[in-house]
Amino acid sequence: MAMELVVTVGESLGANRLVDISSAHIDGCLYHGVAGMDFAESLVAGGGKVVVPTTLNVTSFDLLHPELYEGTEDDQVFPRRLMDAYVALGCEPTWTCAPYQLAQRPQMGEQIAWGESNAIVFANSVLGARTGRYGDFMDICCALTGRAPYTGLHTDEGRLATLVVELGLTDKILASDVSYPLIGHSIGKMAGNEVVAIVGLPAGTSEDRLKALGAAAASSGSVAMFHAVGVTPEAPSLGAATGGRPPRQVVQLGKDELRLAFDELDSRTTGILGAVSVGTPHMSATEMRELLDLLAGRRSAVPFYVNTSRGVLEAISDVDWPGALQSFGATLVTDTCTYISPVMDRVVGDVMTNSGKWAFYAPANLGVGVLFGSLADCVDSAVAGSALPAEVLRW
Amino acid sequence: MNIVSGTATGSVLALDEPLSLWGGVSLNTGEIIEPGHPQFGEHIGGVILGLPHGRGSSSASSVLAELLRNGSGPLGIILEEPDSILMVGALVAQLLYGVECPIVLGKIPPTGTRVTLIDGNIIVLESSF
Repeated sequence: MAMELVVTVGESLGANRLVDISSAHIDGCLYHGVAGMDFAESLVAGGGKVVVPTTLNVTSFDLLHPELYEGTEDDQVFPRRLMDAYVALGCEPTWTCAPYQLAQRPQMGEQIAWGESNAIVFANSVLGARTGRYGDFMDICCALTGRAPYTGLHTDEGRLATLVVELGLTDKILASDVSYPLIGHSIGKMAGNEVVAIVGLPAGTSEDRLKALGAAAASSGSVAMFHAVGVTPEAPSLGAATGGRPPRQVVQLGKDELRLAFDELDSRTTGILGAVSVGTPHMSATEMRELLDLLAGRRSAVPFYVNTSRGVLEAISDVDWPGALQSFGATLVTDTCTYISPVMDRVVGDVMTNSGKWAFYAPANLGVGVLFGSLADCVDSAVAGSALPAEVLRW
Repeated sequence: MNIVSGTATGSVLALDEPLSLWGGVSLNTGEIIEPGHPQFGEHIGGVILGLPHGRGSSSASSVLAELLRNGSGPLGIILEEPDSILMVGALVAQLLYGVECPIVLGKIPPTGTRVTLIDGNIIVLESSF
């Protein structure tokens, strides 16, 4: 069944051969109904085992902190069966949406098959590894067969940018973390599923900022790869990013577009701060250390959720993060994320976040309004107990 | 062009903007719940869904398969660009449950047009205009 699906999809995408892959990341372990469970259990029943190292995306629960779960026991039975099935297929129980933050990650040029939109865009853009935009079912079929259709982003040709975005932003704006999800949100709206070349990001733009940009672009659009000229590995120059061909379109992105992106992501209803959620995608070790610095000696007046992975917690085991989070009053969420799991059901008011992806999905998923701000805005507002004016509004 | 085989007849719901099935559609009812979407509140169940292209999450395969399993999925889908994520969802529903949801590439007729999808073709039965 797995090979049949890989071949059928490959043919429809116009691939005339398959390519060997060296890793897979599975999005299908997050529960979206009985069909996903039936599929995974049918693979287990057929004796399926993955043939390449395979990591697992976030799931519906925090396995390390089950007491956070506000749903019923019954709600947990099928999602747990789904998770058990993927582990039985030989996948590693990493439970993170940011597998690129694990110690082992793909290298430049490696062919892989990853699911989870933010992981796909990060792998292609920042790591220079090569994955198509794989979804549930296809991801595990590639992992079981060790192959993927050789087409699209797996090929040199498919990785060339057809849309060029020229940033017209001041150094001050580019120095702020909050700009990156806004740039991503704006680009996702323009790009659809095109490969984008961004001109004007500072040399040395951090992985965390590129992560935030990509995650937002893969939420508001289907962006699976971007080049940041002078920053990402396949774009030493604009010509390298486009293959020297004239792009389909060149667009400008300035302060007004970022303000529009902010207005789209900031869906505040009452404006009353009910809670704060940071870490979508999962916080990296660097971001956790930044957060711990911001929290030091302070206390949150509202529920404050921090999403990260087990792997990242291991990487920061040299610091007393449990003590620091506890004295601030923060709740740590691992293995899942606050926008897909009922861990913050009792929130009254709007929720503040620094994530473009969270801001994009939470209103529909959780029925909450979103206040958008930088990580520092989030912490300062939590301490004040009310939403402070976002940095964006002062530009 | 045919990307998932099968035959379906129904009325077209042409979306004005791309839609992420995951997070944008109720898993139980097929209602479009993405705030601000031009077709907010409409149901994708029981229609021929016209999608400019997919968007966002790679979970859309599971969502489509689940909608097809529980009977709130579209009868068929017309895409303007190939979308392997939706295609896989339709293929899995066919493999596991025998539910057909043909996916065809082509120009999307306006909402309300009755069409038959067959062998990768879109046959217009009657136009709403």
